Parts: sequence; C-alpha cells; structure tokens
Amino acid sequence: MTSLAVSPSAARPLSPLGTASLLLVPIGLVNAVGFLWPVINLLKMSFREASASGALGAGYSVETWRAALTDHFTLELIANSVGVSLLITVLTLIASYPIALYLHRSTGTWRTVLMVLVVAPLLTSAVVRTYGWIAILSDRGLVANALMMLGMTDPPRLMFNLTGVIIGLTEILMPYMILALLSGFGRLDPRFEEAALTLGARPLKIFVRVVLPLTAPGMALGSLLCFVLAISSFVTPKLLGGGRVFLLATEIYDQAIVTLNWPLAAALSMIVLVVFGVSLTLYGRALRHIA
Amino acid sequence: MDERPVSLALKITAAVMFVFLLAPLLVVLPISFSGDDYMAFPPSSWSAKWYGAIFGNAAMMGAFWVSLALALVVTVLSLAIGLPAAYALVRLKPPGAEALSNLFAAPLLLPTIVLGLALLLVVAPMGLIGTFRGLVLAHLIVTLPYAVRVLSTALANLPLTVEEAAETLGAKPLTVFFRVTLPMMRSGVISTTALCFLVSFDEVVLSLFMTGPRLQTLPVAMYNHVDQQADPMVAAISVLLVVLTLAVVLVVDRTAGLSRTFVK
Repeated sequence: MTSLAVSPSAARPLSPLGTASLLLVPIGLVNAVGFLWPVINLLKMSFREASASGALGAGYSVETWRAALTDHFTLELIANSVGVSLLITVLTLIASYPIALYLHRSTGTWRTVLMVLVVAPLLTSAVVRTYGWIAILSDRGLVANALMMLGMTDPPRLMFNLTGVIIGLTEILMPYMILALLSGFGRLDPRFEEAALTLGARPLKIFVRVVLPLTAPGMALGSLLCFVLAISSFVTPKLLGGGRVFLLATEIYDQAIVTLNWPLAAALSMIVLVVFGVSLTLYGRALRHIA
Repeated sequence: MDERPVSLALKITAAVMFVFLLAPLLVVLPISFSGDDYMAFPPSSWSAKWYGAIFGNAAMMGAFWVSLALALVVTVLSLAIGLPAAYALVRLKPPGAEALSNLFAAPLLLPTIVLGLALLLVVAPMGLIGTFRGLVLAHLIVTLPYAVRVLSTALANLPLTVEEAAETLGAKPLTVFFRVTLPMMRSGVISTTALCFLVSFDEVVLSLFMTGPRLQTLPVAMYNHVDQQADPMVAAISVLLVVLTLAVVLVVDRTAGLSRTFVK
C-alpha cells in the first residue's frame, strides 16, 4: 500500500483490462467456490450411487434417476408439489388483485401508508410470519377459539395438514404478487375505463373486458414469481405441515439432512430446477400471447 | 383529477385482504405479552415474562450474537468485494461485463433450498459445516448479488464529469475513487449496507444447511424452537426483530432517503 504512495512513477500502471480483472478476482473466487462449483457438483451428485449407510459408492450411474422417476412416492411428490404450488399461485393472485388495484387507484399519503403495509411483511422473517399463522391456526389459536365461542364443539384442524400450508404460503407470497401486479398496472389508464363507461359498458363488463386484459402481463409476472417461490419454499410447509405434508422442498431437506441420501436429494433439486425452466418457458409463451 | 373513483366493493375486498395479509404480524404483538406457559390466542393472562425469558435463554442469546457478528462480517465483506466488482463492471467495462453481471446475479435465481444443498455437499467434506467461515461463505452468496446490483446502479447514475475534472486536475485513479466517486455514492453504499445486513440477519434456509449443534444463527434457533414447541417466547423475539428492522429502515430513510433506496 505504502509503496504505491511513495514512488508512483516506479509502478507500472495497469491497463484498464488488467485493473478490471484484478478488481473482479474476489467476487469471481466467491462465485466459483460458493456457486459454480457447488451447482456443477450437485448435478454430478445426482449420478452417484447411494448406499444404505449413507456413504457414496465409487462409481456413477443413472440408478437414482431411474428410481426417482419410476417410484410412486417421488412421482406423487412432484405432482403434488406442482399442483399445490399452482393452487397457491391462483389463491395469491385472487387475494392480491384487489389490494393492487386499490393501491393503483389511491394517491398521496394514504398510498404511501398502504405501500409500507405491503412491504412490511416482506421485511419480516418467514419464520416470524409462519409463527403468527401457528397462533391463528393451531388448536388453541385465534380461529379455533373464535369458532368455539360461537358454539362449535369440534373446530376443524387447520394446521399440520395441507390447509395450513396453503393458507400460510398464500399470505407469505402476497407482497411479491402485489408488487409484481403494480409494476404491470402502468398500462391501466383510467381513461380507457371512462371511455368504456361512456360507451355504455357496465362495471363488471369493464372489469372483464378492459381492466383484466390490460393487467394480464402483471398477472403473468406475479404468477411466475409466486409459483417459483411456492415450489421452493421450505420453512412454511415444514412448520405448518408438521412433517405430515410432503413437498419437493421439504423432501430435499429430509433426504439431505435426515436420511443422508445425497444423490436422491440432488436429483430432486435438479427436478425443481427443471420445473423452474418449464415455468419460465411457459411464462415467455404466455407473455408473447397477451402482450 | 382523472382518477376513477374507487368503488365500495373494491374498498371492502381490499380491506379484507389487507387484514389477511397483516394478520400473522398483528397477532404476534399481543402473544408476546402472554402470561401463559403455552401459546394460545387470545392468551388467558398477560405479562412481560417472555421478554425476560429471552435473556435467560442461553441458546437464543448465543444465536443472537452469532447472527449479529455474522451479519456485520458479511456486510463488510459484501462491500469490500462488491465495490471493486461494481466499479470494474460499470466504469472499466471489460469485455463480457454483461455476462459477468448475470453470473454474479445468478445465485438469486436458484431456490435457496437447492443452493443450500449444493453448498452443503461441497462444504461438508471440507469440514466447514457448523463453522463461522462456512456461514460467511453461504451468506455472501446471497448478499453479493444485491450488493453488486445496488452499487452498480448507484455508480451508473453518477455524472462522469466530476470524476473527469478531478482526473484532469492530476488526481490519481485511487484518489479520484476515494475522494470523489465514493462520497457521491453515499446513498447507494448506505442502502447496500442495510440490505446486506438485513438479508444476512434474516437468512434461514441456507443457514439451516450450514449450522451445526454448537453454532446456530438466531433464525435457525427460532425455527428449531417453533418446530419443537411453539411458546410465546418466539413472539417476544419476533417483536424485538421487527423493531430492529424498523430501526434499520428508519436510519436508511434518514441518511439515504427511503424512496431512493427501495423504490428505484
């Protein structure tokens, strides 16, 4: 450091390209060690042989993949995960749309306050929000107690089953959907709606024929985001599912940490990435169709 | 003026959905003041004992200090690694800068469950599981993309003329960077600091893969606690965390301007 300052003329100045390479070395190293190599290794791992003891065999084979793609449990796991994530996406869209539309139409300080309320959950840990849902949905929770006060003796179980996972994840993903919808609402000019109104269209018809088509790109973006986040989320399904709900993300964790079947965990991860790829492609197609 | 009046139906639906969206956060505050030994809503009695319980819980307190130290180290490293990278990509524009930017952003595209597993599989044989170094590496993977992104944007929005003027007056590149460029990037640096700190402090899935029985972060300790028994203590910690987050956001707002930071 000091030598640079003492005799600057003696130091040969680096070319811009040389300086750039030097400045990019640290991030390149972190990226290579923490991302590129692990991901390539993950793909390789899915072709390793697993043994009952959790140790890895020496060779490579397609056995894990063959087993995963013929086994009833894994096939159901994939189908369930995709199905549940799609359902959560639709519910999130339905729950978020009114908020986004209202935000789009409100102005001034009121709008700022509401925006803060939408972003606030995003800044709060998923563990905290899931814990909040446990307080609402558990047997001694808000809903059960309210139902019992109303005279119901045996309120339905809302937790440790798929219902709880769906309710919790829908809420957890709403801020992402609302922000995506808002970013796509730019084309929604109130003058279009006024024009339709002047031409005699009823409110419902305006909504279906004018508002919905204009906001379709935002809906597509939000749905992609929520689907991808739903299928890869772990904390909420694990805590609200209580080990009774089996989805891809929870199974990846269990296979890696509990069963120590690393090849299967790696293969399931690759399947999640394939699902990601497929949804991105579908999104691209849908966008070309509606835009 | 040309705003369409909001219909009553939309107002009511939006209000109901807002209640749903905020419900889990709203119940946490009353529960943190529960006097019960188990979690029930509404609580049958009230007390502040669970706030006291946090400080008596060695595991939680230990995890808090780990998370705090981790977030600070990760934030400093993110700036130390992210700033040179952003400068190189934006100002020096080496061939392939675009592709490199995408590569550095790529970890955010992978689900953290996949990223966590991938890291576990290479880090476990190296004996880094349950170590501070392993956690730092894991967190850097997710904070660096944010750091490079925000710092690049801040750098790209600066007028080049001031830097050029300093150079014309004979300042060396390093002097120009530290005396001219960096001070002008102030708000970008502050937002990066806050963002990296909050992301690292909140990270749970990657940490779950990287922590061991003797080294836990606060979110992991909370997750494990909720997984085994959901008592009101986690609510009290949650309230304190929300206050901490609010404090960070307020500091950013005062120093860098919240609108410039989070709404680009």
